[in-house]
Amino acid sequence: MDKIWLVIQREYVARVKKKSFLLVTLLTPLIFPAIMGIFVWIALEEEDNQALRIIEVVDDNKLFFLESSEQYAFSFSDINSEEAKKLVQDGDRYGFLHIPKFDIKDPTGISFYGEENPSMSLISYLENNLRKKIEEQRLFESGIDPKIINDVRTKVAIKSITLDEEGTETVSDATVNYAIGFVAGILIYMFIFIYGNQIMQGVIEEKSSRIVEILVSSLKPFQLMLGKIIGIAGVGLTQLLIWIVLVGTLTTIVTGFLGMQMPQQQAMELANPELAQGLAQNTEMGEILQVIAGINYMQIALSFVFYFLGGYLLYGALFAAIGSAVDAPSDAQQFMLPVTIPLIVAYMGLFVFVLNDPTSTTSFWLSVVPLTSPIAMMGRVSYGVPFWELALSMGLLIVGFLFTTWVAGKIYRIGILMHGTKPSYKTLWKWIKTNN
Amino acid sequence: MLKIEKLNKSYEANKALTDVDLNVSEGVVFGLLGPNGAGKTTLIRIINQIIDSDSGEVYIGGELLAPKHIGLIGYLPEERGLYKKMKVWDQMLYFARLKGLSPHEAKLKIKYWLEKLEMETWKDKKIEDLSKGMAQKVQFISTIIHNPPLLILDEPFSGFDPVNAEIIKNEILELKEKGTTVILSTHRMESVELLCDQVAMINRSKKILDGTIKQVKSIYRPEVYTITLDHLTRDLPTEWISKQDEGSYSFTLPLSGKLPNELLNELMQYGQVSQFQELIPSMEEIFIHQVKSTENG
Repeated sequence: MDKIWLVIQREYVARVKKKSFLLVTLLTPLIFPAIMGIFVWIALEEEDNQALRIIEVVDDNKLFFLESSEQYAFSFSDINSEEAKKLVQDGDRYGFLHIPKFDIKDPTGISFYGEENPSMSLISYLENNLRKKIEEQRLFESGIDPKIINDVRTKVAIKSITLDEEGTETVSDATVNYAIGFVAGILIYMFIFIYGNQIMQGVIEEKSSRIVEILVSSLKPFQLMLGKIIGIAGVGLTQLLIWIVLVGTLTTIVTGFLGMQMPQQQAMELANPELAQGLAQNTEMGEILQVIAGINYMQIALSFVFYFLGGYLLYGALFAAIGSAVDAPSDAQQFMLPVTIPLIVAYMGLFVFVLNDPTSTTSFWLSVVPLTSPIAMMGRVSYGVPFWELALSMGLLIVGFLFTTWVAGKIYRIGILMHGTKPSYKTLWKWIKTNN
Repeated sequence: MLKIEKLNKSYEANKALTDVDLNVSEGVVFGLLGPNGAGKTTLIRIINQIIDSDSGEVYIGGELLAPKHIGLIGYLPEERGLYKKMKVWDQMLYFARLKGLSPHEAKLKIKYWLEKLEMETWKDKKIEDLSKGMAQKVQFISTIIHNPPLLILDEPFSGFDPVNAEIIKNEILELKEKGTTVILSTHRMESVELLCDQVAMINRSKKILDGTIKQVKSIYRPEVYTITLDHLTRDLPTEWISKQDEGSYSFTLPLSGKLPNELLNELMQYGQVSQFQELIPSMEEIFIHQVKSTENG
């Protein structure tokens, strides 16, 4: 036990001390918002700096009038299409829109001519405008004043409430649940991949540099493998913790800086749900706040930590086994498939099935089978999962990682001392069956 | 110190060890000899409890080998390895702690050895910044840091320049003086005669010879003498093929059933005998002879 602890310490310290760890940990939470910020900024700049694009409209019906926007101006000069084409070719116009004579019930043949390919947004802008005009025209022709239509337009929002056996009512909102499941699932997926790879690299390093021979003369291979897996898990948890703290402080600083008092207000309302209800009854914002307040955070946080670690341990052992079987990272490819496929299935399943319908049969199985449950179950937890299903899934995950660790230990023990031979699946199977 | 009885190990169809018995007395340097692939590494790995034997027993200090004996052994594998990114000090501390030393003890020992081998200035250097010879020294210290009563060195001199090899050789002899038992595994027989008290030879998974250097050498005596004659008084028989150098004639002769004195008497009739010495075979020759005789018989 002491020796495992020594290995854990070494693995942890060696990684956390690295400059790259510090850089990645500190920069990642900054990079994503920064990239998004830069994009938004560029887009805004572009919009500002763009010269107004003038589009010539040739309307043979003499019916349509399009309002100019910030980006596009429409000119109705009463010229024919040949002249308009010439204007485009000479560069005097960005493009020209030709609306041929058509029956208003069947508007076809509208075309846009331009020197360059028009953007999607321009085309849909034109389409929307024309559609609206045509609809108005048709309403008008059938004797209905478009104003009446505007008056009768109503907005309907359904407030969904979950009722449990004791009769407690909780306001729920699929969007919030979706977001939580989405983020948690992706985090676990990424964590397994990134840190699983680190385990594999670490094992290959020890094997190829022959340190392992000295190490296993001092402790059991299984202790070495477990120490490495746990040590690296510690690195991952440290990173996650720093990210949470960092993102938390950053959000507070940024929102504070922007003069938005949202966090404080939210906190106040969360602390005082009645006040929040009174304040925000029937408004959409208020409902989302109620949902946020109604979510069982403790359960989500605990399941997140459980599936985070459980999934990592399950796959980590497999990554260690692969690392032990090969001499170089490039040889590892052939064994990666059985590990990557269930992970990708879980990831795809999260989006295709679990988040859309958390209670379907497929979602159930995805969230119970140990290879996919760490990712899939996180998509369900925020919606609320019956206790027995959660217990089954967690129990199976524990059995699952005990099993993979046992199998991996058998491969690892023999693999780390084998050099120069490229093992096949058949040899791995033989190693698993060998008793000493 | 170490007793091995009827040890067997095979990898699938290949026999690595067949009924190997060994007895290593306390405080000796024991040479484990044999060509590459003979089974030496397998034997060493079993003693280090890295792998298990198929059958047979290993006793250390009279007790059946068990995990608690790990701290009694210091092992320097043939293929050396250190963490490239770790500092010398941290690396040694890690290995010492894995062998069961307390942090305090470990630090004292590391200090002692760094001073002894004049390496204090490197202690904060990463292994990747050291030369190969320096890294080898770090490895050697890591092996003996916990004062093991049994030291197993697999090809300890490979990778050392002559100066450092000499330093390591002297350290090994000094450790022996202090009572450490050393098992030296090598396929280079010439280094054995200088260092070892006892040897065992392994070939194709079997032990083919063991004993003290003297015993082993007495097993195979080709009974050939090297002779030098000066001032010839008569011509040598033509079958004595000799090398002439400024009036001296050198050649080798087998006893061919005679006693050494009889041969000497005979030689005296030809001239002045300035050299008459039995040709002692090298370990290499003994080994080759032994391999041949076991394979033929």
